[in-house]
Amino acid sequence: MKPLDSKKDYQNYVEKKSPNSPILKNCFNAFWVGGLICSIGQIILFICKNRGISQDISGTVVSIILIGISAFLTGLNIFNKIGKFAGAGSLIPITGFANSIVSPSMEYKSEGYVMGVGGKMFTVAGPVLVFGISTSIIVGIIYLIFNTQSITLV
Amino acid sequence: MEKLGKQTIKFNTPPVIISTASIVGPKESNGPLSQYFDQCLEDEFWGEKTWEKSESKIIKETVLMCISKSGIPSSDIDYCFAGDLLNQCISSSFGLRELNIPFLGIFGACSTFVEGLSLGAIIVEACAKHALCAASSHFCSAEKQFRFPLELGNQRPPTSQWTVTGAGSAILSKTGEGPFITHITSGKIVDMGIKDANNMGAAMAPAALDTLICHFNDTGRSPNYYDAIITGDLGYIGKEILIELAEDKGFNIKANYNDCGVMIFDKEKQDTHSGGSGCGCCATVFSGYFFKQFKERKIKRLLLIATGALMNSTSSQQGESIPGIAHAISIEI
Amino acid sequence: MDWLQNFDWLQLLKCFVTGGLICVIGQILIDKTKLTPARILVVFVTTGAILGGLGIYQYLVDFAGAGATVPLTGFGYNLAKGAIKGVKEFGLIGAFTGGVTSAAGGIAAAVFFGYIASLISKPKMKKE
Repeated sequence: MKPLDSKKDYQNYVEKKSPNSPILKNCFNAFWVGGLICSIGQIILFICKNRGISQDISGTVVSIILIGISAFLTGLNIFNKIGKFAGAGSLIPITGFANSIVSPSMEYKSEGYVMGVGGKMFTVAGPVLVFGISTSIIVGIIYLIFNTQSITLV
Repeated sequence: MEKLGKQTIKFNTPPVIISTASIVGPKESNGPLSQYFDQCLEDEFWGEKTWEKSESKIIKETVLMCISKSGIPSSDIDYCFAGDLLNQCISSSFGLRELNIPFLGIFGACSTFVEGLSLGAIIVEACAKHALCAASSHFCSAEKQFRFPLELGNQRPPTSQWTVTGAGSAILSKTGEGPFITHITSGKIVDMGIKDANNMGAAMAPAALDTLICHFNDTGRSPNYYDAIITGDLGYIGKEILIELAEDKGFNIKANYNDCGVMIFDKEKQDTHSGGSGCGCCATVFSGYFFKQFKERKIKRLLLIATGALMNSTSSQQGESIPGIAHAISIEI
Repeated sequence: MDWLQNFDWLQLLKCFVTGGLICVIGQILIDKTKLTPARILVVFVTTGAILGGLGIYQYLVDFAGAGATVPLTGFGYNLAKGAIKGVKEFGLIGAFTGGVTSAAGGIAAAVFFGYIASLISKPKMKKE
């Protein structure tokens, strides 16, 4: 097979030539950093529980604190280093969501506060809200339909 | 000048590169070639408020430095060819707006510098006394436009390349002591269907191969005619692919071939994955390193092939493949 | 510091392992597919909302606590749970208000902190 015979051949050839990501190392780092971030959340939950705060509110408190830490670290130009090391370990927890909102706001500050910070804030995280909220509304409507026939999904 | 074969022009009175200048950013200043650049910046903003302003300042200062090194009053320069990667080439047009030299903005993605040298050589042979060519890129402004915000905590895949922060500039003249631009081979657009914007080297390698073979066929030269065959920014992966593809076509370039993107960074220490890229990559490495090699007669015949990926962020979001381009110039002394 | 006295180490371990494993799934998606970070976040939040709606994710939350709620799947679960709760209380209109209501704290915090960070901080180049 000559690599330049067809586009398909060339793509296969390039696939073979290109190094793969060090997936084992990446997964290990993602595992322990991700686990650690969740554990911080769990410890906050314990503290809330101990103080008699309701479960729903505790969940929100955890989110806000982790988002705050993430935003703070992003502002200090540290979060991207953690992200480079941990990959999904810092992206998948709520910290990654916060980082994806804070980083474009900082980046597009040069285009002004209204159209720059305000307008570009959701360039990365916008889809998360669009799909998350839309799915939840569909879930709610389906639940409503089934529930009126007294079939519960939960 | 006369046309040779399909895509090559041979100059009868070869235009001379009389001076060059290069300014690079902080990361390039820590690379293996740092001692060859005219100025190394410590800060990617260079006292400006935005990266776009900083890139404009870099190309402006590079051009001014190049003019002052040449000793020619800027009023004697008849044309200026310049380009960069930002939308509508704002770095060069904003940076050079006070220059008062007829300005021809060009875009050839990362091949812009050699495209400029080619056009400059043609116009100098045709009618102009002096022509100026320049190209720039900036890591931060390119990331912002093509990829993600800097502070986003994402991982770069091992095939990705690092956009060089810097600008290179050269002045061509009818007369001088050399080096001379003897031939130019302008490339065709080649698209082998690579869609991964994180693997530019692989997308551009077929274009480089096409221009390389065309140059040898048109001129009747062989790879060992040259002391060095240098591509613009194929990086490690593209370099390896080009060597194999060329061998497949019967050209062994292994002995004297290298790539500016490979040369400018230390892959292990600087964590640049597949190497450097951007208009500034080829421009700074030629203006900084190779021009000085010519002046010291350490190198006498150079084939410089700048490669470019002709895509933008919209086209890659729409799932289009990446067309590649490569322009070659033969520089001899 | 009285919460330390009856500290639930087993719960913390479950949380660590579950949270870590969810992140490993994300890492495999990053390395094995060409998905961009934004797409991966969308996949996770949507999966979480669907599993939450089906009632499956609740088991994971009961098992792992923050290990299931902190990853973005938990954000999706939270939205879906809120929507169902809203429907129970207000009918159809609750499907629209419930989800965002339960996630309001997180979204508002991210927007607010994002704005603050842009006021006081400037992006810097990755040095290494």
